[in-house]
Amino acid sequence: MGAVALRKLVPPTSPPHPAARREIPPQAPVQRGPAPEWLVAAIACVAGLAAFVVAWAAIATFSGRIPDPAAVGAAAVKIFADPFYSKGPNDQGIGWNVLSSLRRVGIGFGLAALVGIPLGFLIGRFRFLSGMAAPVIALLKPVSPLAWLPIGLLVFQKANPAAIWVIFVCSLWPMIVNTAVGVRQIPQDYLNVARVLNLSEWKVFTKILFPAVLPYMITGVRLSIGVAWLVIVAAEMLTGGVGIGFWVWDEWNNLKVEHIIIAIFTIGIVGLALEQALMLAARRFSYGA
Amino acid sequence: MAPERFLAVEGVGMAFGASTILAGIDLAVKKGEFVSLIGHSGCGKSTLLNLVAGLLKATAGTVLLAGRHIDGPGPDRGVVFQNHSLLPWLTCYGNVHLAVERVFKEPRAQLRQRTRAALELVGLDHAQDKYPHQISGGMKQRVGIARALAMEPKVLLLDEPFGALDALTRATLQDELLGIVARTGSTVLMVTHDVDEAVLLSDRVVMLTNGPAARIGEVLEVALPRPRERLTLASDPYYVRLRARVLAFLYDKQMRRAA
Repeated sequence: MGAVALRKLVPPTSPPHPAARREIPPQAPVQRGPAPEWLVAAIACVAGLAAFVVAWAAIATFSGRIPDPAAVGAAAVKIFADPFYSKGPNDQGIGWNVLSSLRRVGIGFGLAALVGIPLGFLIGRFRFLSGMAAPVIALLKPVSPLAWLPIGLLVFQKANPAAIWVIFVCSLWPMIVNTAVGVRQIPQDYLNVARVLNLSEWKVFTKILFPAVLPYMITGVRLSIGVAWLVIVAAEMLTGGVGIGFWVWDEWNNLKVEHIIIAIFTIGIVGLALEQALMLAARRFSYGA
Repeated sequence: MAPERFLAVEGVGMAFGASTILAGIDLAVKKGEFVSLIGHSGCGKSTLLNLVAGLLKATAGTVLLAGRHIDGPGPDRGVVFQNHSLLPWLTCYGNVHLAVERVFKEPRAQLRQRTRAALELVGLDHAQDKYPHQISGGMKQRVGIARALAMEPKVLLLDEPFGALDALTRATLQDELLGIVARTGSTVLMVTHDVDEAVLLSDRVVMLTNGPAARIGEVLEVALPRPRERLTLASDPYYVRLRARVLAFLYDKQMRRAA
């Protein structure tokens, strides 16, 4: 009885019962801030991929010709169990195919860098050369690199150098154009510094021109590699041999559609990795300016 | 060469195409003297500084430094630019060292010593490994001054060196510049549009008329004793009078016609 009487005396603002206290937190209500950004991004990423797989499964079910995700997954497990087998030139593991495609891209791109970067420096530095180069580049840049394949075959008489030649041509334009733009974008202030310090030509190049142009060059490299990786698949479909593009065409002839889809994903992942690696390099050389 | 004419600008005129920027500029700077060029923006004071720096070539007259005709930029003139112009891919040390190793043909250890001494002079020896984007605007400008002084130039050319800084940082750097100039005995030619800066730092303030074809309108002797104290000068009647003279020139005689 005494306890009840006491309870009535308690002002209504204070919690009347321990159970009620648990329901309504009296002080410091829990602040529910927005979810962290990375979590939202991760959820969006997973949701996007899930939607993609669901749509794919639906299309596979209705069309009947396209293998569903499960079938492709099973085939992928088998293929990636032994990516580096070799049974003659026309039957090699997917690892060898990817590597030989990357090798062609590397050589063609490397040659394009060797030619394109110095050419870009010259075109960016000298107005007359820029005027000379502009119409040629404008004319040739929109041409599909594959149109150059017959020229490569004609000159080199072999499929492999012809494919490298195509990569060289398609990598060349972004290297030249971006390097030239970089040279033209060098702030006048830096060149004035070079002049008042009376720097030697070599110092001007190593301490001012090259570092100032480097971010633009990396952009050129990124664009070139992106295009080269797009083009190598098509070029290899035409030239044959070992390579991921040839592999796609070969599996089409064998009617192994699962393998074609695996190749599509593999090409995408390798392209993504190349892009990310170069983005990292670009960030390294952005000087926080 | 007379010592009064250590740096001599003789009948200099400058025209870009049809437009004349400067006409008939005669100016002599003594060794160890601090001279400011002041005028409204666009009057051509930076052009005059660039002529002395050798970044531009005068279309009339000549510029002589220590009796020698100036024909292009050279390490005998240390230039500090308004926007610091540090190379972002080099550290503070690297930026100063670039100037040092160009000017002095000495063993490496001595070059390193010079670079460090220059950074120490501007109080930045602790920041030598920082990149320009990691330090404040005032510190960047100090590195710029260190780079110019490290070459041991005959004359220091400052192009609105503190124009891009906030008022408090500017005051600190002005005081530091006073100290550095006192210690090194540098000859200085400085472009500014800040009246207080001009009077506080200079031995003479050269006032340019409005362009086109700007001339030297007035020259003001600043006979304030050194070392100068910003706070005491603020209420010093002589200082206030000098300041008023410059203000009167700029805002009375050379007021820009309202557009």
